[in-house]
Amino acid sequence: MLRLINLELQKLLLNRASRVLIFISFILPFTVLILSSIKINFFGFFTLELGELGIFNFPIIWHITTFFASYFKLFFAIVVVSMIGNEYSNKTIKQNLIDGLSKKEFILSKFYTIVFFSFLATVLIGVGSFLIGLYYSSYTEASIIFRETEFLLAYFLKLVGFFSLCLFFGMLVKRSAFALAFLFILYIFEWIVFWIVVQASSTDMAWKVKNFLPLESMYNLIDQPFQRVLMTKYPEKIDMSYDYAVHWYELVIVLGWTALFVFLSYRLLKQRDL
Amino acid sequence: METILTINNLTKKFGYLTAVKDLSFTINKGNVYGILGPNGSGKSTTLGIVLNVVNKTSGDFNWFNGQISTHEALKKVGAIIENPNFYPYMSAYQNLKLVCRIKGVDYSKIDEKLGVVGLLERKNSKFSNYSLGMKQRLAIASALLNDPEILILDEPTNGLDPQGIHQIRTLIKKIASEGTTILLASHLLDEVEKVCSHVVVLRKGEKLYSGRVDEMISSHGFFELKSVQHEALASFLQNNPDFLSVKEEGELITAFLKEPMDASTFNKLMFENGITLSHLVKRKESLEEQFLKLTDNN
Repeated sequence: MLRLINLELQKLLLNRASRVLIFISFILPFTVLILSSIKINFFGFFTLELGELGIFNFPIIWHITTFFASYFKLFFAIVVVSMIGNEYSNKTIKQNLIDGLSKKEFILSKFYTIVFFSFLATVLIGVGSFLIGLYYSSYTEASIIFRETEFLLAYFLKLVGFFSLCLFFGMLVKRSAFALAFLFILYIFEWIVFWIVVQASSTDMAWKVKNFLPLESMYNLIDQPFQRVLMTKYPEKIDMSYDYAVHWYELVIVLGWTALFVFLSYRLLKQRDL
Repeated sequence: METILTINNLTKKFGYLTAVKDLSFTINKGNVYGILGPNGSGKSTTLGIVLNVVNKTSGDFNWFNGQISTHEALKKVGAIIENPNFYPYMSAYQNLKLVCRIKGVDYSKIDEKLGVVGLLERKNSKFSNYSLGMKQRLAIASALLNDPEILILDEPTNGLDPQGIHQIRTLIKKIASEGTTILLASHLLDEVEKVCSHVVVLRKGEKLYSGRVDEMISSHGFFELKSVQHEALASFLQNNPDFLSVKEEGELITAFLKEPMDASTFNKLMFENGITLSHLVKRKESLEEQFLKLTDNN
């Protein structure tokens, strides 16, 4: 396993474009996190301190940071599709196989790398949130700090699932740009499915169906936190309450998609003549 | 003799097109094999199948008597097919390091093999800055990294200038002289004739001949003749049972021998029959003529 990760890391880190993108996808969310946590003074007129809104309180900070950080996954998605696209355009995939890498190892080396980077991203966000939380949070009892850390698990799975989807699209179309376009098409497709079910049945049913589709199921892992922030500000408005927790079945759906995408990528490669 | 590769009734279809048809042959250790065939005869497809990048339709093949899986076997094989494929943004050294990681070879081999192909001074240049000849030599270095049991080369001199072709051929001969088994696919006959001891001839995916190169050129040769008594000479040859066939091209008559006969015996025979020759050359068919003869008749 270490050999396969090393192999892929060498391919990625020696490529300037992917090195920059990897750097961005890790450093940018982190910088945003740090910047948003410091007190910004607007030329003495007023000071903006997001920390005062209470969003850096435990346990809500886990929810907020993972939700926003997951938007930066698109940068690494470009890396994932291009690491497949490049292998095809340079024909190095063929050379790798001739040199004695099996098709299974080829896919696994990509997948392990995805898991590796997702894990790294999760650890970074975890540590960052923890430190900022310690600084700002009004509650610092261990039981409160570690409540809702399942958002980190959800964040990790969300990344792995999304990148596995990118891996599959990359294998399917062999070209990075088209693979990214496919992501967009899938997004539209999910809304079309939603619309069809709404016509055929009810909106309620349509949401249920959409929750099983790949992109929606990944999005569902971490629900939007805005409503929750408002709820903490105005606790008297009970009608705003909603279900934002991470559910086991949401995790299972994403795990299922991940397994399917990795398996399909392997099947595609196995059946293809290079 | 130790068997390296066995191919049994291998068939590959691309839709309606049959690229390889019921192909069988065996590669033994220590020989230099050539796969010969015109463009599109299935050479690269055959190599692609045994190298794990093309899926076979039917038949089977096994490496080293089938004791190990194909991708494990490929770690003991060195192969370059078509164009050299490397990561353009990496240097020669980094590219070979990656191959070492795949094959499980020690990094110390890199400098050694770059020295063999004469690229040691340029080892830190990016692959994208290499000339085609250098790329091809890097590919050979990469194939040699694991000190392979067999070296597979697919059209290694394709697209190179005469100097590059010469460099690559010298390199191949050197490797062959060290006892490495080589499988060389080519449509260049003199290449195969100069380097190989055994040959497999393919046409439209079918095997036409397989065996030793010198046995392929097994005929007794032919005479090229000219004479003032053209008609007499032609009719004499046609009625003589020692000759297989006679071809006339203008003044030149080519007579193919059925039985061995040397030029002086023939000259004497002519003289006894009252025919004087103005031109007499005895030749053996080249591999090229043999090859064209094999691939021509449908």
